[in-house]
Amino acid sequence: MQNAGLEYDYTVSKWFAYLAIIFGIVGMSIGTYIAFELAFPGMNEWFGQYGTFSRLRPIHTNVVAFGFTLSGIWAAMYYIAQRTLKVSLKENSFVHGLAKAHFWLYLLLAALMVTTELMGITTSKEYAEMEWPLDVLTVVVWVLFGMAMFGMIGMRREKTLYISMWYFIAFFLGVAMLYLFNNMEVPTYFVTGMGKWYHSVSMYSGTNDALVQWWYGHNAVAFVFTVPIVAMIYYYLPKESGQPVFSYKLSLLSFWGLMFVYLWAGGHHLIYSTVPDWMQTMGSVFSVILILPSWGSAINMLLTMKGEWNQLKESPLIKFMVLASTFYMLSTLEGPIQAIKSVNALAHFTDWIPGHVHDGTLGWVGFMVIAAILHMAPRYFKREIYSRKLMEMQFWLQTTGIVLYFSSMWIAGITQGMMWRAVDQYGNLAYSFIDTVTVLHPYYTIRAIGGLLYVTGLFMWAYNFYKTMQSDKVLEKEPAFASPMGA
Amino acid sequence: MENIRELQAYGYFFFTLFLVVVLYAYILHLYRAEKKGTRNYEKYGKLALDDEIDATPVEPNDKGTDETKENKEQS
Repeated sequence: MQNAGLEYDYTVSKWFAYLAIIFGIVGMSIGTYIAFELAFPGMNEWFGQYGTFSRLRPIHTNVVAFGFTLSGIWAAMYYIAQRTLKVSLKENSFVHGLAKAHFWLYLLLAALMVTTELMGITTSKEYAEMEWPLDVLTVVVWVLFGMAMFGMIGMRREKTLYISMWYFIAFFLGVAMLYLFNNMEVPTYFVTGMGKWYHSVSMYSGTNDALVQWWYGHNAVAFVFTVPIVAMIYYYLPKESGQPVFSYKLSLLSFWGLMFVYLWAGGHHLIYSTVPDWMQTMGSVFSVILILPSWGSAINMLLTMKGEWNQLKESPLIKFMVLASTFYMLSTLEGPIQAIKSVNALAHFTDWIPGHVHDGTLGWVGFMVIAAILHMAPRYFKREIYSRKLMEMQFWLQTTGIVLYFSSMWIAGITQGMMWRAVDQYGNLAYSFIDTVTVLHPYYTIRAIGGLLYVTGLFMWAYNFYKTMQSDKVLEKEPAFASPMGA
Repeated sequence: MENIRELQAYGYFFFTLFLVVVLYAYILHLYRAEKKGTRNYEKYGKLALDDEIDATPVEPNDKGTDETKENKEQS
């Protein structure tokens, strides 16, 4: 073979992995802090304007979604693309340069995002808080990512793209389309002379703005929290377990199902609002149909472990991934239930919604990123993973954290929803708002403790990764399947 | 107005039917291609497992890096 002696180049993948660890700790520590603020509101005053819930909440969501998750996804993409296409970034300095530029510009963007949001500069659109200059920079970062990825695809030795690459391409195209349309904005200073040069207002107004925003918002869940994470599990679970994916045909079918259905489900965020009724119904119906492709992928992953369930007991990495796909099933069943109109009447605006988001993100996204980076660590550094025991402890600690989080939010959300709609025999509201706050206090505290457990697990993850870098147990050869780990 | 609503309803029904047909046709296509022997989809599962850089590709790419190099060397 001509390519004998050639090696994969993990430089950029490794850089993104470091970032994922840092952003994970920063973003989720802020999340835990604001969870405690909700339980103990006095904490809002600790750091003046910079420590209030309203200032920190967008930083939490942005750093976790667009810092931790995207970094984890790109660490995986630069790793999986090389391996499944059988090309090395070493072979083409231009493509490698694009990948490096992608990383550095993204780092700059992330730093600017955190700084501006800490200063309170936002567009006030959920998950699209960055102001227009940063939106322009985002487009440049995205184009660089696309060029690097398609550059590798162009060089490939393997004719067929593995299913993970299909998902990464969909991630690239989907986010590009959503981001461009939702961030169409008018810089107020340049058009009217009002505000600072970096201020803007949305190009859409009223109901249209809400529709575009939630078409974007829900599909950010689709194309950031689902599509690329499915790409990751389709690679890491078969590779770590040594089992080929249970049904490749099912993976193709689920792919097209997910692509078609997801884009129509965003309307469920606007049920009982001023958008047309048929659109609300469509949002509900497509959300329910979405169970099929989502479960198609998740069941495919669980069946991949057929006959190899002993690995679940033996390997903490397999534990992380199997539980991730189980949480994927849980949250993709819970979401459609919440999207049913009659359930939504109770659930909307309650704590059940962040409960749902977090069993998906902490259980599915978080666990997949954690497992992916630990799978890659021995390949990056040619060393054994430092400690299996630490990984096991992390797994159980974080699983407990997630369970505390979503169970407390289920109870809080349903309690809240019931109290809001309770009326006496004359039709007067039975409770005032403060009554709900008093009742919810213990659940808010439990949620914050759940978050604290999860963040503690992240520190254990970072420590395990750091010690792996320095381990003296050097590997002669890159492990083929199961990652070697010390006691 | 009622007329438009009726048309919408028919349109909605037939479009849904069309999509269901497309979905099942795709499943049929996948299985028939395998039965006829034109494709073996399941072998692509190996792309994740045999992913060493010097492993033999499951399906070599004619326009890929090696071939491009070879062409350059020949010219």
